[in-house]
Amino acid sequence: MWLWFHRLASPPSFYRFAGILAPWLLAIGLTAIAAGFYGGLVLAPADYQQGDAFRIIYVHVPAAWLSLLGYSAMAVAAFVALVWRIKLAEAVVVASAPAGASFTALALATGMLWGKPMWGAYWVWDARLTSELVLLFLYLGVVALNSAFSDPRAGARACALLALVGAVNVPIVHYSVVWWNSLHQGATVFKPGGPSISPGMLWPLLTAAFGFTMFYAAVVLRRMQNELLIRERNSLWVRELVPVVAA
Amino acid sequence: MRALAAVFARELRLALRRPAEWAQAPVFYGVVVVLFALAAAPRDPALVALAPSVVWVGALLAALLGIERVFRGDLEDGNLEQLLLAPTPAPLLVASKIAAHWLLTALPLVAIGPLVGAALGLPANGCKLLFFTLLLGTPTLMLIGGFAGALTVGVPRAGLLLPILVLPLMTPVAIFAGGAVRAALQGLPAAAPLYFLAALLLLAATLLPWVAAAALRNALE
Amino acid sequence: MNPGFWAMGGYAVYVWPAYALGLAVLAWNWLVPEAHRRALLRRLDEDHEETRGIGT
Repeated sequence: MWLWFHRLASPPSFYRFAGILAPWLLAIGLTAIAAGFYGGLVLAPADYQQGDAFRIIYVHVPAAWLSLLGYSAMAVAAFVALVWRIKLAEAVVVASAPAGASFTALALATGMLWGKPMWGAYWVWDARLTSELVLLFLYLGVVALNSAFSDPRAGARACALLALVGAVNVPIVHYSVVWWNSLHQGATVFKPGGPSISPGMLWPLLTAAFGFTMFYAAVVLRRMQNELLIRERNSLWVRELVPVVAA
Repeated sequence: MRALAAVFARELRLALRRPAEWAQAPVFYGVVVVLFALAAAPRDPALVALAPSVVWVGALLAALLGIERVFRGDLEDGNLEQLLLAPTPAPLLVASKIAAHWLLTALPLVAIGPLVGAALGLPANGCKLLFFTLLLGTPTLMLIGGFAGALTVGVPRAGLLLPILVLPLMTPVAIFAGGAVRAALQGLPAAAPLYFLAALLLLAATLLPWVAAAALRNALE
Repeated sequence: MNPGFWAMGGYAVYVWPAYALGLAVLAWNWLVPEAHRRALLRRLDEDHEETRGIGT
């Protein structure tokens, strides 16, 4: 098992492994997303309180879930990259940031589209929204920091440090806003998803969230492949690989 | 301990040689606030309500001004390598550099802040609270800024990158500082947000010098 | 599809843009790294071509 792990963690075999895995994950992800969206838009009954507006949930919740999952994965990879100096973990950090940022932006945008009909305003300074916004800024900070470095390894390690500090920051922001809002008594507090959810509404949501997650994994693998190609562009395995693929 | 004192004293000496440089932050601060007041309607009551956030955001931006210099000069003259090779733990040396920088650029802001608040029409108890929030909050800002400065020390032009990295990390400080002053203005007890600010400072002081030292090592590798 | 479906109970202006944005983000996420990889492989091939010429 350990030997297998080591062999997989070497850049050339990981590149090949990711090349095989990514299209499968993409296919599974897109199928599940299509099923989830169909279930959400057509099969699920309209919510008795929110009407058809609740159908935004099938885009919003998977995106929000990915924004948190992506950041957690990035922070864990950052820790691994800094402590054990594993190159692949560095590639995970760099590859996660743009994808995570895009899904965080999607979660914010769809949240606003949902918020307007439901509580009358596109934006409320609530704890969830604020911490999601700060999360977006943190993702963008990692992207900007990485692109500022010319040496990919130094850039990735700087990003890993930033990701770790950001991981401490997000819960602090969340709870500081919770506390801050409690000072303004009667501030708008909302709970997405409502009190409970019926099975007919739930299964498309879980399917879509599963599909988004698979899709995200495929994207991160693709980006990691790019990162490995850039880093190891002069190594033997890239030299052997390139003419075959580019021909 | 002596090494820490030496680093601290060296920073102060170097800065005292160039008074114009560290006078930039307070002057910048003053200009920002004056512009804010001029852009608002004269005697606008909304200005008083916004005074805590004006004072705090001004301080945030002013504190960012010199942060790039903290490690960059040392990288250029080779002092940084010596700092990291020294027998004294690097995080402590980093912390003492940040402390010296705080003394030079942030302490004037702490002194000016309450006056600025008063000039914007904030009542006396609000100004007092403003002083305490600045006193507790600016060291956290400096630690965060020092960390970001260490991250970007190897980057040719950090420019706009620094605020992008720093500002999201500073949101909790801004939230609690503003909350404390507002609580005082409404006649509510303001001890709780001050304790939160102190807790943030402790957290930042225990974690960030280590991360900043790691970032400096990474930049030199 | 019946017109009621597209009207989304009066919430069409909110629901459909949300789904459009979702699909746009999904497309961006897959197409950008894919295009980057193509460009990268092509460029690396050219670079290697040059150095191979020097070697032989």
